[in-house]
This record gives sequence, C-alpha cells and structure tokens, in this order.
Amino acid sequence: MTQPAASGAAGLRSRAETEAARLPALLARADQLAGTVILGDHGRRRSGLGDDFWQYRPLQPGDSRRHIDWRRSARSDAEFVRQREWQIAQSVMLWVDQSAAMGFASSPDLPSKGDRAQLLAMAVAVLLDRAGERVGLAGHPLPPRRGAGQLARLAQALLEDGNGDYGAPDLDGLRPHGMALVLSDFLGDMEATRKALAAAADRGVQGVLLQILDPEEESFPYRGRTIFQSMTGRLSHETLKASALRPRYLERLADRKTELAALCATTGWHYHCHHTDDSAQQALLWLHRAMGGGGVR
Amino acid sequence: MTLGPIGFATPWLLWALIALPILWLILRAVPPAPIRRRFPGVALLLGLTDDDTVSDRTPWWLLALRMLAVAAVIIGLAGPVLNPENDREAGANGPLLILTDASWASARDWPATLKLLDRVLAEAGRAGRPTAIARLTDPGAPVFQAAETWRSRLSGIAPQPWEPTDEMSETLRAALPPDPFETLWISDGLTRDGRDALLDTLNARGPVTVIEGGRPLVVLGPPTVDAGQITLDATRQRPGTEARLPVIAHGTDPAGNPAELARLTLVFAEGATEASGTLNLPNELRARLTRFEIAGQGHAGAVTLADDRLSRREVALIETRSGREGLELLSPLHYLRKALAPNATLLEGTLATSLPANPGVIVLADVATLSEGETDDLVNWAEAGGTLLRFAGPQLAASDVSRDGEDPLLPVRLRSGGRSVGGAMSWGEPKTLAPFAEDSPFYGLDIPEDVTVTSQVMAQPDPTLADRVIASLSDGTPLVTRKRIGAGQVILFHVTANAEWSTLPLSGLFVQMLERLSITAAAETELPADLAAATWQPHRMLTASGTLEPADTLPGVSGEALLTAPLGPDLRPGLYDGPDRRLARNAHDPGRDIAPVSWPAGTRIEGLTRATETPLAGWVLALAMLLLLIDILASLALSGRLGPARRAALIGTVAILTFYSPNTARAQSTPAIAEELALAHVVTGDRQLDEIAHAALRGLGQTLFFRTSVEPDAPVAVDLERDELAFYPLLYWPITPDQPVPSSEAYARLNTYLRTGGMILFDTRDADIAGFGTGSPNGDMLRKLAAPLDIPPLEPVPEDHVLTRSFYLLQDFPGRHMGRTVWVEAAPPDAEQVEGMPFRNLNDGVTPVVIGGNDWASAWAVTENGSPMLPVGRGYAGERQRELALRFGVNLVMHVLTGNYKSDQVHVPALLDRLGQ
Repeated sequence: MTQPAASGAAGLRSRAETEAARLPALLARADQLAGTVILGDHGRRRSGLGDDFWQYRPLQPGDSRRHIDWRRSARSDAEFVRQREWQIAQSVMLWVDQSAAMGFASSPDLPSKGDRAQLLAMAVAVLLDRAGERVGLAGHPLPPRRGAGQLARLAQALLEDGNGDYGAPDLDGLRPHGMALVLSDFLGDMEATRKALAAAADRGVQGVLLQILDPEEESFPYRGRTIFQSMTGRLSHETLKASALRPRYLERLADRKTELAALCATTGWHYHCHHTDDSAQQALLWLHRAMGGGGVR
Repeated sequence: MTLGPIGFATPWLLWALIALPILWLILRAVPPAPIRRRFPGVALLLGLTDDDTVSDRTPWWLLALRMLAVAAVIIGLAGPVLNPENDREAGANGPLLILTDASWASARDWPATLKLLDRVLAEAGRAGRPTAIARLTDPGAPVFQAAETWRSRLSGIAPQPWEPTDEMSETLRAALPPDPFETLWISDGLTRDGRDALLDTLNARGPVTVIEGGRPLVVLGPPTVDAGQITLDATRQRPGTEARLPVIAHGTDPAGNPAELARLTLVFAEGATEASGTLNLPNELRARLTRFEIAGQGHAGAVTLADDRLSRREVALIETRSGREGLELLSPLHYLRKALAPNATLLEGTLATSLPANPGVIVLADVATLSEGETDDLVNWAEAGGTLLRFAGPQLAASDVSRDGEDPLLPVRLRSGGRSVGGAMSWGEPKTLAPFAEDSPFYGLDIPEDVTVTSQVMAQPDPTLADRVIASLSDGTPLVTRKRIGAGQVILFHVTANAEWSTLPLSGLFVQMLERLSITAAAETELPADLAAATWQPHRMLTASGTLEPADTLPGVSGEALLTAPLGPDLRPGLYDGPDRRLARNAHDPGRDIAPVSWPAGTRIEGLTRATETPLAGWVLALAMLLLLIDILASLALSGRLGPARRAALIGTVAILTFYSPNTARAQSTPAIAEELALAHVVTGDRQLDEIAHAALRGLGQTLFFRTSVEPDAPVAVDLERDELAFYPLLYWPITPDQPVPSSEAYARLNTYLRTGGMILFDTRDADIAGFGTGSPNGDMLRKLAAPLDIPPLEPVPEDHVLTRSFYLLQDFPGRHMGRTVWVEAAPPDAEQVEGMPFRNLNDGVTPVVIGGNDWASAWAVTENGSPMLPVGRGYAGERQRELALRFGVNLVMHVLTGNYKSDQVHVPALLDRLGQ
C-alpha cells in the first residue's frame, strides 16, 4: 500500500504552511523597511476631525459650548476651544505585477523582480497604514481598508502568482481622486498600460509607476547562438549572434522607458525605474517622496 | 612502419587521418548548439532579425584545436613507439659468445653493460640460442648453455680490477671451440696487443660485433710529492673540449672514519689529453690520506692510492746539549737537519714535548741516559711503529748505558769507551766502509771513497749481533745496527751525527742511507733489498669500480712481484703492508698508454646503450584529452556559458584534476604531535597496509582502554623522514618488500629512539608462507631495513620472558597467522634462575625490538564502528585467536610502559619472604 503522493489535503496544507511561513517574513521585512522612513509630514496641517491636538483658539460665535476646553480657559479670562488636526484618510490602491516575467532573477544573489515588487508594495502599505491611509490591492477583491488585518490580507494576496507572461495594470477598482501605485517591469504590451493610465487619469487618480528591472535586462550581456524564451516559454526568439542584438535591444528598452516617462508626464503621474541590484530602501524613499510629497494633496 | 625514431604498432589506423578534412568541413558547416535562455526581455526582441545569418561560426582556431585533438586520438590509437626495437638478429640462431674485457675500464659502463647483457640474453633466450659469456680478465673455456641460465647468473658477472694480459687472451683464444658461433665483444675501449689475434680467430668462427661505450676514459696517475706539494696528473683517452674534473682526496678524520679531506679541480685544456694540478695539504691531513679519486668516474683507473711515499714523516730531533751558541757546525744535529729538511717535517725540542706529537721518527743524537719514564714512553711509542734513530758520541761512549745488559733502546750492548783509529794519538788508518751485504737495506748504494771513520762505539760480540748489523766497516766492526721493537725499530749509528767521528755525514751516502731507512719519504722506484725479499701482506684491495675493500683472505705477495709483476688475480691493485712501510699498487700504471682501440676496417661496432623502446600512446592520448578539455573551456567561453566567476571555478577544477596526484594530498595531513600517550605505526607507502596498521592500533587502543589503565589517544601515522619519534613508546612497523629504505638521518633518529627506550615491533606479516629457515621477500626487506639499526643480539621469546606475563599469561603470540617464533633481545648470558623462583631474573629493561611475522595488525584492526576489519581463522577458534592477538598487544604495551616492573612484581612474595615477615 502506498501513501497517496504528496498531493491532496496533505500537500495543500504543506504548501499553505510554506506560504504562511513566508507571510510574517514579508511583513517583517516590509516593517523593517518601512521603519527606515521617518514619518515627517503626516496629517493635513489644519484643524479638523482627528485625534491629535492642533491648536487652541478663542471661542467664536457659533461654537458649541461643548467644545470649550475648560482647562485651558481657566488659565485666562477668555474661553478657548481646543481644535484637533484635520485628519483625512486617503485610499491608495496598489497594483503589483504578478506575471511570470516578474519571477526572473539573473543571478541567485539577486532577488527576483517580483520579490522586490512585493517587498516595496508591502513596505509602502505598512507606511501608509501607519500614516492612517487606507490601502487596497487592485486586481484583487481587496478594497482599501486600514489595520493589521488588512496588511495580512495584502501580504497574502501579494504572494499569489499570477498567470501570463506579462501583466497589464488593472486599475478598475480605483476610486476617483484616489491614489495608485503600480509596480511592474512594463516589458509586456504597452497598450494595456496606456489605457489603464488614461482611464485612471480621467478619474482624477494620481499615482506612481515604478518600473523594476533586472540588471541583465538593462545590460543584455549575452553572446553566441541563443534561443531567448519568455518565463513561461510561450514566446521565444532565436538568434545566431546574441551580441549583435544588444544595441537594438537597448534602443528598444530606452524607447520603452521614454514612452513610460512621457505617459506619466501627460497624466501627472510619477515614473521611476528601479533595478533589483539597487537597495530596496532607495526605491522606498523615492516612493515615499513621490507619494507623500508631490502627488498627494 | 616507422617515421624517424617513431614507429607504429597498428599503422593502418593512420588512414583515418584522411577523414580529418571532411571533419573540418562538417564542423565548419554546423554552428554551435544554441543556448536556451529564459529572458523576460524577449518581448522587446521579437521582430529583430540577425544581420548575418551565418555570422557565429565556430572560429578557425577552435576548429584547429578539435582537429588536433582528433588527430591525436587517431595517432594515439595507432600505437606510436619511440625507438621501436626490431629484432636485431632476427635470422640468427646459432651459438652466441658474449666476450667482455671485464677490466677496470669496463667498470665505468658496467651497469649499462649489464642492461645490455640482460637484453641480449633475453633475445637469445627467445631465439633458443646457446650462449656463453667469457671474461678476458678471467679466461676459461666458454661454456655454451641456455641463455636463461646465464641471465640468472648475470649479477655475479663483474669486472676485475686488472686488465687482460696477452697471456689471458691467448688462453681464451686457445679455449675457443672449433664450431662456428657469433660473437658479441663488449670492449673496454683500451688498445691492447692481444686483440688482433683474438679478433682474427673470432672472425674465422663467425660474425663479430664489437660494442664500445661512448664515455671517454679518464685515468689518474699516482701522486707525486715535491717540496711539500702533491701533484696529481690525469690523462684522458681522447682530446676534446675543455673539461673540469673534480678530484677528491679521501682519507680519514681524526676519529678514523672515512671523510673527504680535500678537493681539487683538474682542468683539461681544449684538445689536451693531460691535466695536472697541485694540492697543498698540511702534514696532519697528508698523513691521513687514503686515496685520490676523480669524482663520478666509477672505475679503478680513476683512483690512485696513497701510501707511505705520500705522507711526510715527522722527525723529532733531540739533543742534550742545547743552548750552545756559535757552534752550529759542531752541533750533532746540523747535518741531520740539512739531510732531513727537504723531505720531512722537523720537530725540535725535548723528548717530553715531542712524544705527544707522535712523530714517525725520533732522533737521539748522542743522548746517553734517559729517565725510566722516558724509556717506557719511548718503548711504547716504538712498539706502536716508531723509528728511533740514535747516534753515538762522546756521551754515549762515556756512559754505562747498555754496558752489562742490553738497553731496550739500543740494538746492541756496547763496550765501554769506544775506539779511535787513524787519529793523531792512535795507530792505523781511518777505516772505510765495507760493501753492504745483500740483506742490508743499504744494499746497492755506492760507497764514496772519501767516507772514513775515525772513531766509533764498539758493540759487544753477542749471538744476536750478526743479525743486527746492517752496515759495517772494512774491518768488520759494526757501523749501523738495528733492532726491531714491536712494529717499530731502533737504529744506532755507531758514529756521531756530525763530522767529528767520521766523514759519513758529509757525504751523499748519509742522505741515501736515511732514505733507505725510510726516515725520509722519498719517491723511489725500487725497494731496498730486504723489503723486496719480504712478503707483503694485502691490506685493502681496490675493486674494479674504484672502492676499497678488506683483503683478509688474500695471500701475501713478494716485494719483487709487487713492483714489477703485471696485475692479475694473484696481484690485485691495492695497499700492501710490508715490514715497516705500506706500498700502493694502482690499477692504472702511469706508463700505460690508454689510446682507444683501432678496430680493423669492416668491424661492426655498436654503442653500448640503445635507445629504449618508449610507448608514446599514453602521452598522445593524454594530449588529446587535454586538447578536448581546452576545447570544452573554449566552447563554453565562446557560447557565453562561461561567466567570469564560473570561469575561475572551472579553470581551478580543471587544474586540480590535471595536476592531482595522491602524494600531494598526503603532504597536508601532517600528524599532530600527540599530547596523550599514542601508539604509532610507520608509514610504508602502501595505502592499504597503512590503513590496516592505523585501524589495528585503533583496535588495540580500544582494547587497552577497556581492559587496562592505559588509555591511548588516537593512533598516529609516523613518517620516518619527517616526524619526531620521541613521543611514541611503541612503533609498529609492518614490512612490505617495496617500501622505501629510510635515509641516514632517519636511521640516526631511529637509533636514538631505540637507545632512549623506544620499541619497534617489526611485522613481516608472512608467517603463513615463510616457515622456519626459509626466506621471503618481506624477510629480506626486514634484513635490509634493520641492518643500519642498533639492534642487540636476539633470541626467540623464552618461556619466562616478561612478555608472557606482563598483563595476561600467554604461551604464544598469534596474530592473523599463528606460530612463527617471535624474536626479542637475548637474555644476558649470566641470567640465572633464583632458587624457588619460577622465572629467571632477566630483562632489566625493555627489549628495543620485537620481530615476528604473525601479521598482528590484521588481527587487531577494527573499523570505525568497532567491528573487526579482517577475518581471523574460522569460527570460535578464530575469535579466540583474535583475542589472544589482542592479549599479546596488551602485554606488549604493558611491557613497553612498565619495563621490568612487571617482572619484579612476580618476585614480590619472595622478596617479602626474604624480608623476614
């Protein structure tokens, strides 16, 4: 009698446990990465609804007596109203490319593009959550929410593998005037990206495009007779002399980057290209500045 | 088929080389296989076409590399052989006579000659030819027998240290059989008279092939001494380019051990056949010289022996009346000084200061009385070989020395007063010398007319007087008398050493007489008459290869023959001891012309060494493998599969694989010096044996750990050449026939180890095949290995040896084999059994060696997990044998560690009894 091969419930459970074991790791790494960014400018810098103290101001006509801060007022003759900082929660949608192309890593020392994208997305989510924003994941049934539970769900959803060679941004679930972060290598069809971005811009969504590339995709150090295959093997291209293709490949890659930058310029988005051999922190700082500094207001 | 010096075993395979150009075309047409590469950027590549559809061809140099590799494989498989041996005498099958000169000149090339003989005999054996080997230096009727029989006796055929004489070659010529045979004449390259006649005879019997070595012969002439300098002459056979030959002066160090005393380089100028050099040595060194040898020649002709002629004697001059100034010409020693100074070293002083220098000669000029102590010292010195030369004079004449009884230091009794003749106050004419008698050492010297004697001391007539007179005056009264004392002698000149009593010191005869008495060492070509008649005892003989060997078994030769007779089996070159001197007879006579042989035209002459057959297939195939390896690297690099990091790793791997050898791995495992007690075994170089020995000591160590208070560390493998032995009480040394013999430094350390209480257990491991009295390769090797060791006399383990009871009570000592005797240090002959004791009281100390052949290691050996490594015997009996083997090991270690303590333990009850309890 043989045991049923590692399939069925036992196999699922073991895979699930493997996956679950990765979750805290991703969260922890994201937390650690997020901890490197000091939250300097959260809040709306004006009085409003919120938890934090903003200012005392003299009682004005129309103010409810309920709002008088008696402790402050007792120190002087005038009566003061304690105002709290206006805190408004923004909803940010993340979209992370989970296609097969993101699983590429040129060397075992480097993380795959997808890994880096997950890490950055998660770190941004942690940061946003700390800043009180709501974070959701586009392309998944995860509407923007807050809290640790949402982070766990995000992590869970980020670890899923998508299908297809290249991903296309799916920004349908975006709320108007929300914010979006798109992480992908943008090596696939540009038409989908272009459409998604246009639709998002139409709805007043601001956002950031982060292109993540492997260093070999940037340098194309190949020689000799080679058959290049996409990660799923569906696409392939054979050449007799790979080194001869290099200049033209690099030209096309530069065109792609220029196009992305131009697209962002027209829609008011931010574009940046990140390489997996650079540190994740560098990308996160840029993301933080781009999302917190300029784009969101 | 051959190409120059290279032949092929299967030449038809070379046709495959034709296929190479086709292969070139095929390889050129097929591009290298593509790499499949996952690359997300492929989306950007779609639609890009190659500029040149066949651009990435295999480059020409890679093609050439592959061609070379394939060609090397083909050539390698075709079996190339360097210097292939074709059967020389394929058709010949008649009898074969191998004639060697076998003189000292052959010794130079003797190893090569032996190799040649071996090969020729092997060939003759295959062809079934009856063969005979004849030596010209040891002629006899050639015996034709099976070549294999000769081959087995080959090592016994050695050159002789003399040259074949005409007589010898005539003897051989007469003994040749009348039937036709082929001759192989291995010549020593020296021209000789008897050759032509012999060659004619041999030619009449059948074809003759002459084989001569190519190395030029260099011989060394005897040393000549001139004004304190030793001159050496060397001659070479053929003029040639400038050559520098080192000449080594061998001798003994002050302790008497052989040593190299000096070194001289002789330079042959270009085109010259003679070279000469001088050596300036202090007297002490000169006296210790034994021989000169041209280094690296290896034959007796390059050796010249040093005898007494070489050593400059030291002469001590002693007179009583010292300190008198202004009377030089009257000094009794003046003429002696003049006569001796050119050829001897003079010591002047008192007897007390001169004797410790151990001079060869002491001259007492008119010294009459000596103290008792001085007399004893002088007698002892003379008995050891000293020559005491005394001169008479007024003091001796006036004294009472040797008046009533013969003084030990005077040859004869003396009458008082002496006599004067031919003086103003006496009758008669001054006396002249009588002709020397035939048995006198002075025989043959011319006596000048003007030598007269006016005064002398007179000898008492005695029965012994006639024997002791070696020169007398015309009236028969003795002038010089001599008496032998032990190895030395006392000589008395009955006149003074100055010209007071006679004119003898003024004449040349005086100097010649001193020479004859070998008081000065002068080069002379003929012996004094008494020495020529004497029998000379061979002291050390020269071998053909130029080494000295003891000559205890050879008969003596007469002095006449020693100088003139040709060398032969009856007169071998070497050192001969005569009555009071030592003479050398060298293998090479300086008058002998060493011109090369001029063989008659048409003689077939071959060289001694033939290029040996060397199969090259392995090398060529290895080259092919190397080329293919390079091809792999090059292909990987070309197709981009070789990243920089991987490249380094790959090249490293290839380099390691290429240059890997098991020995280099061993060099890293230097055993650490044990901190705890550790058992050790000697590394034999046989990997399997070393592993077993290691496992054996592990097993023995475990047994000791479990059963006794000895708790040894992990065993240590000891390399005798490098490791310090002092830390290991027991050294297990298994013997293999082919293990390397340790160097002399290693032996020095082993001897120190043995003397300081270490023990070596030699195990020949052959008790199963080598029984009582039969040898085995292992036994021979053991003998060879143990010869330089300081091992006391041995005996089989006696029943009451402490080994039988140091821990367990044992009767025999089985290992994997059973029953061969085990040898230990013999008990002292005075060991006795004490009354009431079961054991003799012996072995006060540990035996330094235990020798046996029971292969204990195999019985002790355990694997890492503690189970026995090798089977012993069968069933329960076998396990019992293993147990006994372990018990022997325990006993042995106990014996090493406790020494005689265990032996004494047995006596404790008796000792207590004796203490009166």
